[in-house]
Amino acid sequence: MTTASRPSLLPPAAPRVPKGKPRPPVRRTAHPWRRRLADQAHAYAFLLGGLLCFALFSWYPAIRAVVIAFQEYTPGSGGEWAGTANFTRVLHDPEFAAAWRNTLAFTALALLVGFAVPFLLALVLNELRHAKAFFRVVVYLPVMIPPVVSALLWKWFYDPGAGLANEALRFAHLPTSTWSNGADTALISLVIVATWANMGGTVLVYLAALQGIPGELYEAAELDGAGLLQRIRHVTVPQTRFVILMLMLLQIIATMQVFTEPFVITGGGPENATVTVLYLIYKYAFLYNDFGGACALSVMLLLLLGAFSAVYLRLTRSGEDDA
Amino acid sequence: MTAPRTLVSPAALARPRGRAVYWTVFTGVVLLFALAFLFPVYWMATGAMKSPDEVTRTPPTLVPEQWHLGGYADAWELMRLPTHLWNTVVQAAGAWLLQLVLCTAAAYALSRLRPAFGKVVLGGILATLMVPAQALVVPKYLTVADLPLIHTSLLNDPLGIWLPAVANAFNLYLLKRFFDRMPRDVLEAAEIDGAGRVRVLWSIVLPLSRPVLGVVSIFALVAVWQDFLWPLMVFSDTDEQPISVALVQLSQNIPLTVLVAAMVIASIPMVALFLVFQRHIIAGVGAGGTKG
Repeated sequence: MTTASRPSLLPPAAPRVPKGKPRPPVRRTAHPWRRRLADQAHAYAFLLGGLLCFALFSWYPAIRAVVIAFQEYTPGSGGEWAGTANFTRVLHDPEFAAAWRNTLAFTALALLVGFAVPFLLALVLNELRHAKAFFRVVVYLPVMIPPVVSALLWKWFYDPGAGLANEALRFAHLPTSTWSNGADTALISLVIVATWANMGGTVLVYLAALQGIPGELYEAAELDGAGLLQRIRHVTVPQTRFVILMLMLLQIIATMQVFTEPFVITGGGPENATVTVLYLIYKYAFLYNDFGGACALSVMLLLLLGAFSAVYLRLTRSGEDDA
Repeated sequence: MTAPRTLVSPAALARPRGRAVYWTVFTGVVLLFALAFLFPVYWMATGAMKSPDEVTRTPPTLVPEQWHLGGYADAWELMRLPTHLWNTVVQAAGAWLLQLVLCTAAAYALSRLRPAFGKVVLGGILATLMVPAQALVVPKYLTVADLPLIHTSLLNDPLGIWLPAVANAFNLYLLKRFFDRMPRDVLEAAEIDGAGRVRVLWSIVLPLSRPVLGVVSIFALVAVWQDFLWPLMVFSDTDEQPISVALVQLSQNIPLTVLVAAMVIASIPMVALFLVFQRHIIAGVGAGGTKG
């Protein structure tokens, strides 16, 4: 395709066109639409590969999830319209209620622990003036360990026989726990694993946000007689509110899709105490071979998380307006 | 160099009482970090070197009585780690390369080339950020198992990891935002000089984008290396499985020391990557969060 001109060392003012011939018209002005078309072709040539991948692996599956949710689908031979049969079947599955209860409880616990602990840690780390790099590296180290390894490592810690978790309790003369092997303690045990493994990223983001707070605000607050806790409440928290909200939403979205920890550590047990929605989706697809049911569940999860996203957008936008 | 003012005033820290509190807190945090984050890693690395008998003993030994390196050798052989590590490397490298080429090109087009319906396309891409990726694994699996129109299956094929990895809205947006902020005059000067679009991208935009390309590269590599659910679905063939899937599949019937050794080996590449690029990774994570 012909763009304006090639790089040239010749001075532009001396076109060596024979006198008899008229100069060919400059394309650019003669056919603006043509140039625009060429520009578009170029732009889409750059865009094509990425666009195809998004279309195939993001947009198309999203549409397909909705379609298959209303079909009786067998891989290879296509689907038949099934109305809302998939939804009723899934809703009547006793595991359905358990999966949602567990997922919501997991999310709530992870939010509680996963918000408070990293925020406090970041607050303290931001005050330390020595070994800063060391702390940042160490807190982020578990994030770089593959999640499967973290899960297997904690499964070993939780082992009722030679597990380190109970050894630590015995060492401190505390009663031992069933950890991931008891129906009552399994879920919170998994929350501990997830928090341990993912906290580093949250701490680093909070640290970056804390460093963005202008020092004058603290000075002014101190001159007004604000104590340490008051400064946290009236300066630190409002100044980082946007980041806090954003991370909370990201965390909700991430923890509602928890899979690796229950799959590796508990296998959904004991007594379905740790079956999560995503785990159930996996089971429907790969154990029961029920793709219609799996997609019906996916659609429900999508709708709920979409609602979370919408609420979050509303909240942050109004928060921005106040500021 | 004076540190920026934070929650606690420098004056308070300078007082003897303040200093005492500071060093107490400092020591406490060091101990806490060592116990919470370093000790589990230490436990894993040394657990693999204990004898099978010692590793299950109660109360456990803090330091192995005898250092057996056999656990690592057994893991290497029994769990066929070379195969699985190589699979992981192939999957991660291909995903990284494709993402770098296709996402950069698409981000450049959206940022600089003003394609028709560019806003719609960008909106569609950003919308996928709001849709939880994992919730769509089943329809995505069905798509990969039988691609529309050409009816090919990418199951048990690295392409099944590579192509879906390109649909990464976060990385694409990161790149686009970086291109958006590039000084306009530099690019326009190049265009007036007659450089084509590929040339502008290759010899001006990309060299200027080294920091963001680094961040995207690390995110892309780490994402594939750490992923579990998607490769679990794509690779039913044991010979093709990456290390994460193989570890879980084999964890049931293998001696504990061997499994732990394999876990250590599986962690080494990412931890090494992190230790080498820690500065960039830590800066990238912090920046990605606050500016998003």
